[in-house]
This record gives sequence, structure tokens and C-alpha cells, in this order.
Amino acid sequence: MSVIVRVPTPLRKLTNGQGEIPVNAKNIAELIENLEKNYPGMKARLCDDSGNVRKFINIFINEEDIRFKQNMQTTVKEGDDVSIVPAIAGGKRL
Amino acid sequence: MSITKTKSYTLGLRCRECLKEYPIQPHHVCEDCFGPLEAVYDYAAIKKVLTREKILSRKHTMWRYQELLPLDQDPTVGLEVGYTPFYRSRRLAQTLGLKELYIKNDAVNFPTLSFKDRVVAVALSKAKEFGMNIVACASTGNLANSLAANAAQAGLESYIFIPADLEQGKVLGTLVFGSHVIGIRGNYDEVNRLCSEIADKYGWAFVNINIRPFYGEGSKTYTYEILEQLGWRAPQHVVVPMAGGSLITKVKKAIKEFYDLGLTEDASTKMHGAQAEGCGPIVHAVIAGNDLFKPEKPNTIAKSLAIGNPADGYYAIKAIKESGGWAATATDEEIVEAMKLLATTEGIFTETAGGVTLAALKKLIQSGHIPPDESVVLSITGNGLKTQEALVGKVGVPELIDAKLSEFDRIYKKP
Ligand SMILES: Cc1ncc(COP(=O)(O)O)c(C=O)c1O
Ligand SMILES: [Zn+2]
Repeated sequence: MSVIVRVPTPLRKLTNGQGEIPVNAKNIAELIENLEKNYPGMKARLCDDSGNVRKFINIFINEEDIRFKQNMQTTVKEGDDVSIVPAIAGGKRL
Repeated sequence: MSITKTKSYTLGLRCRECLKEYPIQPHHVCEDCFGPLEAVYDYAAIKKVLTREKILSRKHTMWRYQELLPLDQDPTVGLEVGYTPFYRSRRLAQTLGLKELYIKNDAVNFPTLSFKDRVVAVALSKAKEFGMNIVACASTGNLANSLAANAAQAGLESYIFIPADLEQGKVLGTLVFGSHVIGIRGNYDEVNRLCSEIADKYGWAFVNINIRPFYGEGSKTYTYEILEQLGWRAPQHVVVPMAGGSLITKVKKAIKEFYDLGLTEDASTKMHGAQAEGCGPIVHAVIAGNDLFKPEKPNTIAKSLAIGNPADGYYAIKAIKESGGWAATATDEEIVEAMKLLATTEGIFTETAGGVTLAALKKLIQSGHIPPDESVVLSITGNGLKTQEALVGKVGVPELIDAKLSEFDRIYKKP
């Protein structure tokens, strides 16, 4: 499944400045692994040492926080819109 | 007051999570881990100058603790803010069965009748130090009122973003000051997300976004005053309303700072958090025993507290747990009941947020988290004149008569 991931400004150093990148994945956990494959260093920025999404990062699928869904196990499907958002910044369409 | 303080006691900013250090700048998020930045002080130097005598010799405003606020120069905005009434309750205490209850009343804070005047005074003084001329905020209402008023007095242009469905008193009480007021079709969390994008794009001083590390510090003065007014003592319990969760984390910080500076002898206050049942992500996490909260979609008459994705939620949960405190929510009916109870026992007309706080106190007494013989401070942070909608139809209507004595006799005889 190919989905579009929106990356916040501070992480664009890892994506050669790209703000929207297509990623293949069937759930969020896999999406993060595949981001890491294509853009090494990404996982360490998104996840803490135990592999959970950092406290101050929010991930939205089609405008819905994954904490309202199944967190890392939330499934993604073709055409979904995934946004990575610093929690304190509060912005999701960055 | 002189133009420039001889010394600034703020050393810089630091990430609360990974401790990376940053210079003093309008910036609030750590580049490495996205944690929040916080002001760092030279406490050793402050300890040498900030004594009880020094504080007592100063004017009765929030600036009597100015070494503990993150400014590099003397304040220029909100010079008259703070030092609100604090007193021992008699009738409410009796009703609740509490031996020692105090009320800290920011419903009469100056100039806009809520504790937000404290955070705005620091934020706008700091924005002026940075040379920023356009100030802005995302607000659930009280911050809007305060930013608009203080910006007007300071001669700063202001842009204020609010959920479109706020109470009329809050909307009117913002527009009157000549601000640009933008109502957003959406809840506060959506307003806040939009504002971060605007802050990024336009570079304005958004007091609760890019100025947040400075802004939040202003609310410490609410607690410094409690400690001073209680005779340089810390109460055993304090009950605090929570929206973004900033105020309660600053209650904790203020108590610790006064203790570390030797201004008080005790820092073991239990902090209890209050939210509405229809928007209680922090309380629900505390009760469930979780360290992280789950965002909620707000549905409550306590609109000033209706933040479903609280920026300081994580630290609020931590502050409550570490202090040994607890948390409780209030339904809409309980909020109205509590507003009426405070009014009829203490003569204080608080807004819905105050109703939430008192309703939570009642529950915490019932559940045994607040024992009846321990000292308790009830935090009243906003004014009821701003949320009159909540009480329409709930407090009766005046009896209507003609201007004749016989008419009055008639109704007086059958009360
Ligand atoms: C009257 C009142 N009390 C308490 C709060 C909670 O403040 P905080 O966002 O710091 O938790 C607010 C926030 O808007 C408020 O308006
Ligand atoms: Zn950090």
C-alpha cells in the first residue's frame, strides 16, 4: 500500500527537504521501519529507545490521532494521508 | 522602576526531555527530541538577593518576585497585575466539613479578571524585549481577553484566534480592546494547530506557542502569592483547574523554588487536578494510572478548560502523581451546582472553570483524598460574569411587581 507521509520541517533535513513522501506500509509500525530504510536516522527521531513513538510526536491518519485508533498497529491503506506532527507545535498540516 | 535591571537571572532555555541547551530566543520546541523548552535560572544568585524582607518591601503586584521571572529587563507590560485576595473560608469550609480551607481569588485579577493576566504580562514584556511588534494567541477565552487588553495598553497590534462558539462575554471582552479577532469553526485543538502554522509563516509572537517558555513562568506568581499570603507556608493540598496543564505544573515549580530559596520550610503540598467530565484527558489518565493521556474531543460547558490535547498534559500527570495528589472531573450539572455553592457561601461569582474546581474538591473530600483536618487551597482562576450563559435558567428570575407597597406586601407574605 502506498501512502503519503507529511514530514514536519525539523525532520526534512533527513528527506532532502521533501515535505511529502510516499511510503509502502500496511500499518504504522511498518511505515516507520520503511521510512527508516529510505531515510536513515528517521526512526531515532520518531521513536524512543524502547521503540514507542516519542511523547512529543503525534501521528495522524486522515486527520485522526493514532492514539484514537490502534496506535502502532493502526492499519493504513492506499491513498491514506499520514502526518507526523511535533505535539507541542500542535500543527498537523506542517 | 528603572529602565534596565542591573542583572538578569535567566541563563537560557533548556529542553525538559533531553536537557539540550538553547539561547534565550522566541523558540519553544527542542530540535532533537521535540520536547518543550524551559527557562533556566541562576538560583544561587537569586538566593542572595530574593529574601522575604526584599519581597515584603515591594509593591503588591506579581512583580515582587521578578527575579524568578524570565525577563532580561524590567517589565514593560502588565505592571499592575497580581497580588489578588487570599483568605480563609468560613461558610464554604463549614459546608464542606473542612477545618482549614483557603481561597485564592484570581477572579478579580487585573485587568481582565483571570489568572491569564499573569502569563500575558510576562509574555508581552518578553515579546517587547525581542522587538516583536505583533502579538497573538490561540485561546479558550480568558487568554484572549487578557492578551487583547494588555496589548492595547502596550500599544501592540494583536491577532487572537478562538473557537467560534465561545461565550459572548469572552468574545465581546476581546473585541472591545480593538484586537483582530478570528473565530475558527472548530475546537481549541484545531485552533492551536492552525496557529502553529501561522506562527511559523508570519513569525509573530504567539504567546502560548513560540513565547511559551516565558509565558508559562508568569503563572508561578499565583502560587508565590499563596505561599506568601499563607505566612510563608505551603498548604497541605491545592486543587487546580487544568486545560493545557500549564498552571498546575507551575504550581509545583513555584512551591519547589520557594523551598529551595529558603523562603518556605516545606514543599510537600499535594496537587490535585480538576477538569470537566466532558473534557478530562489529564484526570482520566491519572485515574487510570497512565503516564500518557489520550486526547479527547471536548464536550462541556467549561469552555475555558476545553482542551482535548493538552500541551503540558504529560507533565501535569507527573506533577500530580509525584506530589501524592489525585484528580477528579465534574459534569455540567455539578459545575453549575458548584458555581452556585461558591456564590451563596462566599459571595464569589466564578466562571465555569471555578465550578469545575470546587466540584472536584467536593469529590476529593468524599473519596478521602483530601482529609477534613488538613489545609486546602481552592484555586479560583476566572470570573463568572464572563460565562453567564452557563447559569441562564439555573438561578431563577426576579419576581415582577408594580411599584406599589401592596404588591410587595402580597409577595412578601407568601414567599
Ligand atoms: C479560568 C481558567 N482557569 C484555568 C485554566 C487552565 O490553565 P492551563 O491551560 O494552564 O492548564 C484556564 C485556561 O484557559 C482558564 O481560563
Ligand atoms: Zn530535547
